[in-house]
Amino acid sequence: MNKSYSRRRLLQTAGSMAAVSVLPLTWVELAFAKSEQNFTFAYISDSHIQHIKGSQFVNNWDRGLIRSVAETNLISPQPDFVMFGGDLAQLGTRAELDHGAEMLSRLHGKQRYVMGEHDYYLDLGEYWSKLFGPQYYSFNHKGVHFIVLNSVLTTDEWTYKRWPTAEQRMLEMAGLDNPNGSPFMVGEKQRAWLADDLTGISKDTPIVVFSHSPLQKIYKGWNFWTDDAEQVQALLQPFSKVNVIYGHVHQIQYNQIGNISFNSVMATAWPWPYPQGYAQAQSMLPKLTIPMNRADPFFERDATGWQLVDVNTGRVDLNYNLYSNRSRTVAFDPKLGHPADKQFQGEAVLAPNQVHY
Amino acid sequence: MTGRYASMCAVLAGAVLPAALALAEPLGLPPVPVPAANPMTPEKIALGSRLFNDKRFSSTGQVSCATCHDPDKAFTDSPRSTSEGINKLTGTRNAPTIVNAAYFAHQFWDGRSPDLEDQSQHPFMNPVEMGLPDHEPILKIVRSDPEYAVSFRHVFGVGPDAITMRHVQLAIATFERTIVAGDSPFDKYYFGGDKSAMSDEAVRGFQVFLGDGRCVSCHTIEQDHALFTDNRFHNIGVGINRIQDKVPEIAPRFIEAKTKGIDVDKAVLSDPSTSELGRFAITEGLDELGAFKTPTLRNVAVTAPFMHDGSLKSLRDVIVHYNNGGVTNKGEHVNDFLSGGIRPLNLTEDQISDLVAFMEALTSPQFSKPPLTAGKFGPPASNVKSQAPDATASRMIASAGGTP
Repeated sequence: MNKSYSRRRLLQTAGSMAAVSVLPLTWVELAFAKSEQNFTFAYISDSHIQHIKGSQFVNNWDRGLIRSVAETNLISPQPDFVMFGGDLAQLGTRAELDHGAEMLSRLHGKQRYVMGEHDYYLDLGEYWSKLFGPQYYSFNHKGVHFIVLNSVLTTDEWTYKRWPTAEQRMLEMAGLDNPNGSPFMVGEKQRAWLADDLTGISKDTPIVVFSHSPLQKIYKGWNFWTDDAEQVQALLQPFSKVNVIYGHVHQIQYNQIGNISFNSVMATAWPWPYPQGYAQAQSMLPKLTIPMNRADPFFERDATGWQLVDVNTGRVDLNYNLYSNRSRTVAFDPKLGHPADKQFQGEAVLAPNQVHY
Repeated sequence: MTGRYASMCAVLAGAVLPAALALAEPLGLPPVPVPAANPMTPEKIALGSRLFNDKRFSSTGQVSCATCHDPDKAFTDSPRSTSEGINKLTGTRNAPTIVNAAYFAHQFWDGRSPDLEDQSQHPFMNPVEMGLPDHEPILKIVRSDPEYAVSFRHVFGVGPDAITMRHVQLAIATFERTIVAGDSPFDKYYFGGDKSAMSDEAVRGFQVFLGDGRCVSCHTIEQDHALFTDNRFHNIGVGINRIQDKVPEIAPRFIEAKTKGIDVDKAVLSDPSTSELGRFAITEGLDELGAFKTPTLRNVAVTAPFMHDGSLKSLRDVIVHYNNGGVTNKGEHVNDFLSGGIRPLNLTEDQISDLVAFMEALTSPQFSKPPLTAGKFGPPASNVKSQAPDATASRMIASAGGTP
């Protein structure tokens, strides 16, 4: 991983910022009049805890979550809170959600949760909600308005009428490229709630939205997709600084649509390939995105990770802690007006096996 | 002999990369990588051997490199858990063998040195190893000792006053590059095609090594050679397990101290907690917390005890540790930073016994018991060979070893 990144983070206990080189500290200072308003939060996502039988769970997924929790606890000063970005479970069972919740309970400090389709489609989020609370909500923190959406809903016909059992419904939605799946959506009810929630928020208040699926359309075949993304975006566009952070894709993506910056987060379980690798259909991976390195399958944790998010200037900067790989920072660049990788920016600085779009 | 050496020197001096060397490797080993800046010559090897064995390079005059890297103990200090330096002081790490260290991409358990040349300078000044305040006492000796003066002039073309520590390091590294050993029963079986070279037990153990044991993932075997190391660093639950609860306190404290300029070499060998941070202490990478270098398995059966801290006494103990998924005693808490490939293996008792037999088949003939008599050992293998068929390295080394 990137040396400066960990050193900076660990060093803050020492009160020393001297070794910093990766993160845009000057922005931090410029961000708010009062520097105590700058803050970080950690983002762990897509752990896919999978039950085998009895007390047995898939070891590799367990280890990914366990180490991301332990590493998050090492960060100093501690992030203000930790988001879990959805797909804690693989097939939505109580055993999986309980086991995952137990591992997450070792996190220091406040935790908040986003619903993933692997958590949802067995019992439509019932047990998850018992453990983690509401499926969509908002909160304010140090001048930023945070919104959590359940973006993995779909049509009533698919959800309630098509499958003979809840287990089969779960399995059909759990496959990446299963044509029996159905496009995700936020849905009318939540969009109405969102419109209402945003009423009275001043237009210059920084807004951070967490969803599991991308609130933009990337590749329908793999459900890297939210069907009513444009309608959700329309509600957010009036605000000057909007950030959407999503999981689900298990890879680094970033984009800018109008005032909205999009960032994806890594999985702790496994990496997905980029959809353009699927040759039979066109994908819409944002042209801004410089893909991450292809995973080396010999190293179980390669191309997985978690992220520490700096919030300053009302924008989010994602610092990706990647295993067996170079860490990356994707930060909003005010000159370019969109998120950009701090190191990989154009042909001249690309690592050899990076592809530039 | 002189004529043959001269021809060999010409070959060696012109060599840039192993492929260009006229080397005959022991069975199972690739060509020894020789840096272009430090070509091998018989005189340099002899000089390095002498420096390696010189006890005057310690504060007490009682410790040389060979004290902890004893040729009669396969260049370790077996059966010590951790090495004993001056005044019976012990460090935190088990002496790794020098045999085949020439092939490693990093030196030291945490890889804090990139090569043998760099590595050789550090133990002299470590307070629990050879205890010198700086390198001056070494330079004083090599500059005033008439025989050293002759050797250094011959090897490096420098007069006594121009001898530097770098010359000393180059010579020691060159000597260490001659300490390679293959030709084990496994090599004869696998690379030599002699199906009777390993016992049935060891042959079965080899299958466990490749299969259920998952050993080969890190202790690698290539198509035409086997170093039994991936030259990477892994947290396998040794050492770190002892301090895991204290990591959130120790790790930031160490990074802070490092920023303020502490000597990492001294810190990791003298402070048991810091030592267990492993590769993280060098790279500060969270994915290398508690990780140590994959050691070769060649001659492992004669270098007990095992692991970076010498905490496991037998090969069976080592396998049981892996079989438990990274804990020495079943049911202990697996540390959070465990490397991805470590997991419970569910090996049977028979599989474990077979695996031990396989590891015992990795011993090179020159290290098979009974041990050779002290003082008569010459670095074993004919890894450096002149083009003249009878000028073998072992003879050359024997001759070098005879230099007082």
